Amino acid sequence: MTQQLILYPLLLQLLLAILLMFFWKKINTQRIISMLGSLVHLAVSIGVFAYIWNNGTQTVQAGSWEAPFGITFIADTFAITMVLLTSIAGLAVSIFSSGSVIGDRLRFGYFPIFHFLLLGLTGAFLTGDIFNLYVWFEIIIISSFVLITIGGEKAQLEGAVKYFTLNFLASMIFLTAIAVLYGLTGSLNMADLANKVAAVENRALVEITAILFLIGFGIKSAVFPLYFWLPASYHTPPSAVSAIFGGLLTKVGVYALIRVFTLIFVGDAFLDQILLVLAIFTLFSGALGALVQNNIRKVFSYLIICHIGYMIIGLGMFTEVAIAGAIFYLVHDILVKTNLFMISGLIYRIKGSNSMRALGGFYANYPKLSLLMFIPLFSLVGIPPLSGFWPKISLITASFETGSYWSLAAIIFASFITLVVIAKLWAEVFWKDAQEIPVKPKFRYYHKIKNIKRIQIVVPIVFLSMVTLYVGFGAEHIQTLATRISSELMNNQQYIDAVLNTQISE
Amino acid sequence: MEILLAIIIGILYAAGIYMMLRRSLVKLIIGIILLGNGANLLIFLLGRITEGAPPIIPEESKVFLEAYADPVPQALILTAIVISFGLQSFAIILVKRAHKVVKTDDLDEMNATDEDS
Amino acid sequence: MSTLILRTASNYLLPVLLVFSIFILLRGHYLPGGGFVGGLIAAIAFVLHAFANGLDNTKGLLRFHPGFLMPVGLALAFFSGMAPVLVDQSFMTGLWFPQPFPVIGNVGSALFFDIGVYLVVIGVTLTIIFTISESA
Repeated sequence: MTQQLILYPLLLQLLLAILLMFFWKKINTQRIISMLGSLVHLAVSIGVFAYIWNNGTQTVQAGSWEAPFGITFIADTFAITMVLLTSIAGLAVSIFSSGSVIGDRLRFGYFPIFHFLLLGLTGAFLTGDIFNLYVWFEIIIISSFVLITIGGEKAQLEGAVKYFTLNFLASMIFLTAIAVLYGLTGSLNMADLANKVAAVENRALVEITAILFLIGFGIKSAVFPLYFWLPASYHTPPSAVSAIFGGLLTKVGVYALIRVFTLIFVGDAFLDQILLVLAIFTLFSGALGALVQNNIRKVFSYLIICHIGYMIIGLGMFTEVAIAGAIFYLVHDILVKTNLFMISGLIYRIKGSNSMRALGGFYANYPKLSLLMFIPLFSLVGIPPLSGFWPKISLITASFETGSYWSLAAIIFASFITLVVIAKLWAEVFWKDAQEIPVKPKFRYYHKIKNIKRIQIVVPIVFLSMVTLYVGFGAEHIQTLATRISSELMNNQQYIDAVLNTQISE
Repeated sequence: MEILLAIIIGILYAAGIYMMLRRSLVKLIIGIILLGNGANLLIFLLGRITEGAPPIIPEESKVFLEAYADPVPQALILTAIVISFGLQSFAIILVKRAHKVVKTDDLDEMNATDEDS
Repeated sequence: MSTLILRTASNYLLPVLLVFSIFILLRGHYLPGGGFVGGLIAAIAFVLHAFANGLDNTKGLLRFHPGFLMPVGLALAFFSGMAPVLVDQSFMTGLWFPQPFPVIGNVGSALFFDIGVYLVVIGVTLTIIFTISESA
């Protein structure tokens, strides 16, 4: 049974989703199952992570079909780290949803769909088959469509139309790229593809396929100039949904980009150049976009775009140090972005508004909560020793080493603008005198809801802040992890061997 | 046959994207459907078209005796069709709801998400 | 749509189509067919009945919400995939009973997976069509 160990996070998530579907109408039961299940999932993920950390990359050939003919599931350190982060963010958002999302929305199958979303994410990280990756992506986007429209308010539906159209287009481009790749090589297994693509003589066609993948994943991970769906939709659903979207959905696109461009399309200087240019523009445009927004959630949406640039820039420089920086940033970003959207939800619960102009006086009225919110906000900026600081060292070192001074300028510019944005947000929301906000008669304000709900809203924020603090103060551990991942990614022969040379037990 | 299919795929992609770029919500759905079909046909074409027996090995032998059709593209297409079936039915319901709430068919007038609030 | 001929015909067609859908489901392992197609045919049988007799009659006939078939089918498929893990084989490996059953033929975990798919397809299709026609 231990051979199938890496599938357990996946299967557990599926089991949870199915179980929740049986209790379609019973919201309270769903709440309990979801929270307990997420807790168990976190324990399982930690267990599997420890196993992979000690024993190295593990593979499972589904249905006992030998690679490259069947579907392979593979957990290297990168994949299992992402699974672990998914279950940390999943647990936090599960508790947060239970406290903050109103019952009318939960009644439409919020929790089952939420766990299907986590299932899709876990599957996308663990799969070793490119078409299977497409299927997991579809599970992710279909669940996200449902989550983004639950409630059916005007802004939500309009945001959903935009979100749907561009994500659908991305899927179709991804599918087209898979078709072309299959036509070129006759294989779908990623490890097998790595060998076969290197042997293809028609390099122009390989490059075009790579660009198709870049566009498909680029739309999903919101890089310049393909990000316009993100700020148009991420602020419309309930903040619990925004939290899981902002934390994980764009990151799965980044994961796919890193996977494909370190395994299948490797060592193409032209592609790396394109990635670098895209990343620099992403950093600039995201930062400038965040500067002019007034709605807190829109500010965070633009910051998501901006910070995607850090990860892509690491991939574009393509040295071991740079990729380690990108991975570290990925770890930090998932935790902090999830937390920030939950914080915006908490602010909305307290004041009934997310407009920076209207808000104010938070520090005077809620000093403890304000200090709590200080942690993720300034981790995002990267004030040392908080978590956002460490990956930037790697990235800046790498850009000196590769001599790409434009990247250096972009990294520093984006950090600086992030600082300005967060400082502005802090001054407006926390330090400015409290403003008169018209009271909404039916709105469930923070001071009106039950104590248990308040705990459910605050605890996940505390939990993620603690994890963020650990990433900041225990940066040495995370740096070791990131270095190990990046050396695994740069020497992909190990991955290929792990998939193609496994024996199947009879 | 390949040439004909290639032309059809080109037309489907072009028409699909053209329809998606129109302002009308209904045309958006038509575009989605056309684009999905184009992608499925592309997988079919790139999986090499063979005229031959189904890919089943006779009971008494161990290998294929003659040319066979590659089953993988068909499995891919079946999966892709099921997925696009789900996506399209979702799109239809979404567009219906959006039309009911926003009371317009024009995508240009859907700008509540850009408002500063 | 609710002419006498269609209504009478649909009453007789419903059981015939359901039996046919099960036939398609069972022959699916080696021949064209299987859970997905079978499920669609079964769903079409109910949709035809709904066209002829109205949505409420069909719902009365079903007695439960078709959405309930989704978790049932998913659970069946899940456990048929899990069964080989319990005997130390890879996830979703086909397990077979040694002796073929009369009429049905060889029975294995693949059949249970297909039945799961069959139920999910009926559930999903009917839920979608009922939702669309209700909100029309």
